[in-house]
Parts: sequence; C-alpha cells; structure tokens
Amino acid sequence: MDGTDVVETESPNDDDWIDDELIEDDLLVEEISIDGMCGVY
Amino acid sequence: MRGLLIEVPAPADFDPSRRYALHPRVALRPEPFGALAYHYGNRRLNFLRSPDLVALVEGLGDHPSVEVALEASGIPPQRRPAYRAALARLATSDFLTAAPLPGGDRG
Amino acid sequence: MAEAALSPAKRSGLAGQLKAGLEAPICLTWEWTYACNLQCVHCLSSSGRRDPRELDKAQMRAVVDELAEMQVFYINVGGGEPMLRRDFFELVEHCVASGVGVKFSTNGGMLTADKARRLAAMDYVDVQISLDGVDAVTNDRVRGEGSYALVRRAMDHLVDADFGPFKISVVMTRDNVGQVDRYEDLARQYGAELRLTRFRPSGRGTDTWSQLHPTHAQQLFLYRWLFERPHVLTGDSFFHLSALGEPLPGLNLCGAGRVVCLIDPVGDVYACPFVLHDDFRAGSVLDPGGFAAVWRSSSLFRELRQPQSAGACASCGSYDACQGGCMAAKFFTGLPLDGPDPECVRGHGSALLEQMADSARPQGTSDHSRPTAVALIDKSVSSFR
Repeated sequence: MDGTDVVETESPNDDDWIDDELIEDDLLVEEISIDGMCGVY
Repeated sequence: MRGLLIEVPAPADFDPSRRYALHPRVALRPEPFGALAYHYGNRRLNFLRSPDLVALVEGLGDHPSVEVALEASGIPPQRRPAYRAALARLATSDFLTAAPLPGGDRG
Repeated sequence: MAEAALSPAKRSGLAGQLKAGLEAPICLTWEWTYACNLQCVHCLSSSGRRDPRELDKAQMRAVVDELAEMQVFYINVGGGEPMLRRDFFELVEHCVASGVGVKFSTNGGMLTADKARRLAAMDYVDVQISLDGVDAVTNDRVRGEGSYALVRRAMDHLVDADFGPFKISVVMTRDNVGQVDRYEDLARQYGAELRLTRFRPSGRGTDTWSQLHPTHAQQLFLYRWLFERPHVLTGDSFFHLSALGEPLPGLNLCGAGRVVCLIDPVGDVYACPFVLHDDFRAGSVLDPGGFAAVWRSSSLFRELRQPQSAGACASCGSYDACQGGCMAAKFFTGLPLDGPDPECVRGHGSALLEQMADSARPQGTSDHSRPTAVALIDKSVSSFR
C-alpha cells in the first residue's frame, strides 16, 4: 500500500519528466466537494 | 462551497518566507496516494496526492518558514515551485495558517 | 451525439485511485434505528418498527470508537428516525468528543425547541431535514398526513435556536420536480441549503418507483436546472445525468464499498444505503475485527474495488461520464449490473425494462415496515416505543 512515488527517483532524466508533470500543481492538491460523494447528507 | 478542482493561482498573501502550520481543525489521514485532509471548520476536503507533500505539510510547523521546511524536506529545488503552489492552495482553503514563531515574531 | 465530458476527478486520475479503495471511508452512512414515526411510501430502508437486534448503546459506542480510530471524518446518520433512539444525544456527543463529525437526517418529528437548542450548542453537528413537497398536499402524499407540518415546525425551532445553516433534502419524484424553484425559495427563507437527491427503487421505493420516478423530460430539465445552480447540493446522486454534457459537480461515480458504505441498525455493513440486500452485505461490525476488518478485507468490497466491466455499456460514448449509473437503481429494477441504468439518458435502460417481467425484481432483505397505516406522532417521544 505504500506505493513508491515515482517522483522520488533522482536520476537526471527522470527529473525532467517529473518537472513537467509537477508544475501543474493541481496534481498535488485536489479538492473534492464534500457533497460530491453519494450517501453524504 | 461546492468546489471541485479549484484552479486558483497562488494567492498574493501566501508568503513562503513565513512560518505556516496545519490548521488545528484539519485532520490528515494517510492513504495509498498520499493523504486525505478534512477541515472540520469549513467542511472542505482536500486530497494530497504526493507522499512528499504529506510529509512536508506534517512537518511544516516545525520550521521557521516554508522555505526552510522545503530545504529540510529533500525536495529538489526545481520541483519546489509546484510544492509552493500546492501549499498556497491549501492556505487558500484555510488548511494552513500563518503561524508566528513563539515569542511574538512578526510572522 | 458528442461524447460527454469527464469530471475533474476523472481527468486527473483521482477517481481511479478512489475506486481502488481507501484505508477508511471518507464518510459513511449509519442508520441508527429502523424505528420511525413516519411511513414514507418510498422509504429506502423500509423502516417503521425497531428491530429487536438493534445495537445497544455500548455496541454503538464501540463502533464510534472504531471509526474514530480509523479517522473516519464524519458519519451520515439516518434510519428510520435517528432521534427516536433514547440515547441519541449521548451518541452524538460521544461522536463529537471522539473527533467524528455528525451529519444527521431527520423528519423533524422529534426536533423540539429544546432539542434544537441542544443541537445548536454542539460542535460539528449538521442537520438535514427531509421534505418531499413544497406544500402539505405534495409532501404528505408520500410522507404521510401531518408530516409537512412537522418539518415546518422543526425548521422554525432550528431558526429560533440560532442553529445556523441546515439542509433541506428533497427526493425528486414525478410530483415535485416542477417545484424546484419554490424549494429554492423555501431554503432561502430559512437560511438553509437545498439538497435534491435521486429517488432510488430501494426499500419501499421498489413498489412505487415506476409510477413516481421522474420522466425523461423531467430529468433533462433537472440536469439543466442543477447545472445552472452549483450551490444546490445533490450528494452526487445524479451522476447518471452527467452523460448529457458537462458533468455536474461531484465525483460522478458510485462510491459504494470504495469511498462510502452503510452500517445498518443491527450492525450489518452494506456497500451502500440503497442496496439493503444480502448480495450487497459485506459483513457485520459484530464480526471479529469489527468494522475495520469488513471495510478492508470483505470479499464484497474487494470485488467492488476491482475494475468494473462496462458490459453492455462498453460501446456507448457516454460510459466514461455515467459509468453505467447507479448500482442500486439497476439492482432493484431487475436490470443487470453491467448494463444501463434504468434512467439512462440515452434510453437504453427503459428499452431493457420494457422487455422484463415484474417478477424479475429483487426485494430488499429486511422489511421493518409497520403493517398498518401510520398515525403520525408529534407529541413527546415517551408516547412512542
């Protein structure tokens, strides 16, 4: 269950790819409405 | 109220040179993808989708500023803009609060 | 037709991660009793009579302790009528003291002025009042004579007690879809939030669903009306309508057994409150390992956390948006689970239904309905057992 986070690799090639992905901060923090789940009152 | 992915830019008043801490009414629960964060005050729910971010947030209040926390985190400098922006978003929904150092630091 | 757009959670991949399961539910529905002072014709839990195996106070507190330990953030308490439990306030206080927030749903019949004040003084308790018509004529037709008056009185008590914002929750039926603007007015009048929720053919709803569920035209109207009003809550219950175009706010997926689940009054754990049936029973909180073991290891939940087959919906361009709709709606109308929702906006569900005999429909596992028509109780709770 402790998935290895790919962004922890340190090789230079990987950093370039990771960099592009993480610039989009909405991948790091995502808000979901608390009303957004079935069964919520 | 019913925000989805709230695509807000970092607010001008989020200042990484200040000390921030997790809001006391926020519960953080580890998950396979990172953590769930729920604010009991404003009823908002955030997903922290990186274990690095979770560790950063948990330890944020231990450092005199966000920048020092980032420095101590081991997150490489070129990745820090994304993390600063993520922290700024959490601050926008009141999940992080500016926390002056004990002793009355200006903050 | 253009393919429907995806919700943000689906675009980002978060939806996929949620469907694979979480360490604990984000929240869960917990029916505290099958006893009820009303006999609504569409009751999803077929409530009325208290079950003799109803969990006692100690058992309930033990479950709360477990939920707190698992860091379940809050519970959605319902029933039956939860305020009919004599230990209702004790349990709510125990939840709040343990860090588990309480949102509860009530018909208002027990919500006296004194109880409203008591609720107003508590930390993290949210109240939702059920109302299915903007006037007594419409409402009482499904909820029983006098039930509208109970709601108005309860809401007045909440306002008088300075409770703050509460929710008015309406089950959308053929009879009340046309009243949505007036619901908004009513909510505004009370400083309340409006919540519209989908009518599922569950519990006593199995028998009334075909006559009462909104027509196709009403569903199109409802989608547009909701889309224009993102402040109106839905509990993600209309995600089958997201196939019509831009998704409505919410996760737009079935969270049963993945994000949420149900604990019933006798401690049985089901995938969701709308499928009280053995096929969707995952275990019991009274089993060894308690609720945590059921959530994490039950074979039903493990199965639900596997990728689901699109089945008959695989060739439909809307599938990513609607995910084949609501499991409960399909189950209790007798439709196969890997196929269209009975209210599929493309008409695939109704086409299938026309070919099916009534006898193919499952019935809920437990029925706590009272055998005779109810006499509404609006006196003190001591007169009701």
